Amino acid sequence: MEILDILLSASFWAAVLRIASPLIFATMGELICERAGVLNLGIEGIMVAGAFAGWMAVYAGLGLWPGLLVALLTGMAFGALHGLLTVPFGLSQHVVGLGITLLATSSAYYAYRLSLPEVTSPPRIEPFQPVHIPGLSDLPFFGEALFSQTALTYLAFACVIAVALILYRTPLGLALRAAGENPSAVEAQGLSVTAIRIGAVMAGSGLMAVGGAFLTMSAFSSFFFEMVNGRGWICIALVVFGAWRPGKALIGALLFAGFDALQIRLQQTPLGADIPYQVFLMVPYVLSILALVLMSRRAEVPAALMTPYNRGDR
Amino acid sequence: MRLEPVRNASLARRLGLPLLALAFTVVVASVLARLAGADPFATLGLILKGAAGSKFALLETLNRATPLIFTGLAVAVAFRAKLWNIGAEAQLYAGALLTVLVGTQLGLPGPVAIPAMALAAILAGALVLLGPAVLKLRLGVDEVVTTLLLNFIMLLLISMLLEGPLKDPMGMGWPKSPPIPRDARLPRLIEGLRLHWGFGLALIAAVSVWLIQIRTTLGYEIRAVGLNPQAARFAGIPVNRVIVKTALLSGGLAALAGFSEVAGLKGNLTLDLSPGFGYTGIVVAMLALLHPLGVVASAIFVAGVFVGANSMSRAADVPTYIADISVAVALLSMVLAILLTKFRVVRG
Repeated sequence: MEILDILLSASFWAAVLRIASPLIFATMGELICERAGVLNLGIEGIMVAGAFAGWMAVYAGLGLWPGLLVALLTGMAFGALHGLLTVPFGLSQHVVGLGITLLATSSAYYAYRLSLPEVTSPPRIEPFQPVHIPGLSDLPFFGEALFSQTALTYLAFACVIAVALILYRTPLGLALRAAGENPSAVEAQGLSVTAIRIGAVMAGSGLMAVGGAFLTMSAFSSFFFEMVNGRGWICIALVVFGAWRPGKALIGALLFAGFDALQIRLQQTPLGADIPYQVFLMVPYVLSILALVLMSRRAEVPAALMTPYNRGDR
Repeated sequence: MRLEPVRNASLARRLGLPLLALAFTVVVASVLARLAGADPFATLGLILKGAAGSKFALLETLNRATPLIFTGLAVAVAFRAKLWNIGAEAQLYAGALLTVLVGTQLGLPGPVAIPAMALAAILAGALVLLGPAVLKLRLGVDEVVTTLLLNFIMLLLISMLLEGPLKDPMGMGWPKSPPIPRDARLPRLIEGLRLHWGFGLALIAAVSVWLIQIRTTLGYEIRAVGLNPQAARFAGIPVNRVIVKTALLSGGLAALAGFSEVAGLKGNLTLDLSPGFGYTGIVVAMLALLHPLGVVASAIFVAGVFVGANSMSRAADVPTYIADISVAVALLSMVLAILLTKFRVVRG
């Protein structure tokens, strides 16, 4: 009964979209990297760096959109480093990715401590506000459920469409997918696998950082340590769940956010009071593992994922 | 650009490049100290002094290195077989949990309790990694993600137990377990020195892993599977069984970090037992080039950086995260340097 009540409330659906937004950005970012053949385990740290950089830029006096650009560029910078080490040098994508996560996370924390040495609780910024869409936002139920979001949430959905269009409808997307499936074929066309892959990792890392920035600039208004809390790793699971396709990954992110929003609300019901809250908090991680198990047989992994390409080799 | 193998790399190349990587790390750390408004030389001096400047500092470093040797070995063993175990943190906590359960619930006398706790811990850690290994082998589920996610699940499970059945009634409301009895604690390695037997155990573990790798069939098989699973299978090596054995070994080693922290140092289980020893173990293993004896050296180095930075930040106004950044820079520049000892960059 309680579950039904929750599912029929508009605020639940609004929460689903809100929770899904950072996951959508970061999942699209990881998807771009992996379609080009590079596993980016820097995602967790890049999200932290993006969350910090965007928030700090706004706190320092920049507007919200320039702040978002700062986050994007921060992500791209870490992406450039990841790309340089894993693509032309062909270093282990696992090691470099985890190294980037450590580097990006600790850099953000260091910069936070340096810029705000005295504070005990982080200052707040004025975050993105819900956009009022004339007509749609005033609809009964649907207005609150679907059209009471900040601009960033709509941008997340637009991002999925853009990624899908670029991947499947443009020569660039074709080249990117080929770099992840059959890099020698890309070289045979006179294109540079190295350039395509580095570009993909930079673009993808930028999106990851924007996903992180959603947390500090839209969902909350402050930067906290550990606020990303494994969301990056969950996005890697979502890419697999989505079989490396933007649309399916979007559905995965929404399903996931749905379960997350549901568990938060179930905690407050009489039923939830009897169950330790940690059980609810485990749900997202358990679901991610279940999703991987369910999709394990069906997924079409990019053939050259995690395979470095060195032009000298044949 | 592309890479071309270097045949018979000169000694200068093989030693110079890694040293260059270390020098680069020092430069980055100096710049970071400068950014914090501190004198770089004084900062580095304070880190060095805090890590090894006194008997107390040195023992502190070795104590901190102990869990890192175990998690570093766990990662080194697994990565050698290309089993990407990023879940040493979860295995560590599983080991710590079983150590506390056996230590507090069974009422065993000390001499029996210590080996019983260690065995239970090893078993728990091994089982935690067995799950992802079986999922990988049976269903092709990527173990990077499953082991990572298990870290979060395990911490929540521990948190739940510490606020529920395992909560210390005398703990003033803090989420911590009751302490294991005095006689079930690991004794000091040398009487009078604040260094427990966990460190000795870690050294024994490192030598054992090294002997397994160079002297046993399993060690040979693990290497073969890591280098080329298809070729190993063709050569008649039971690849799946080798990976399962590797997982059990790796998980057990990581769990010993939890055992040694509880039984040697802390005495009970709390949620901050490990400040990421499992993750740092990856760095330790990579800096050691996955060599078990190298793990000991690199664990002491990494522990020194953290202990030194901690003590430095009390004296100078430089945040301790300088240690994390330096370790990350050391890792990335070192893997690049090692690559460049074997390959040279050519244009075109």
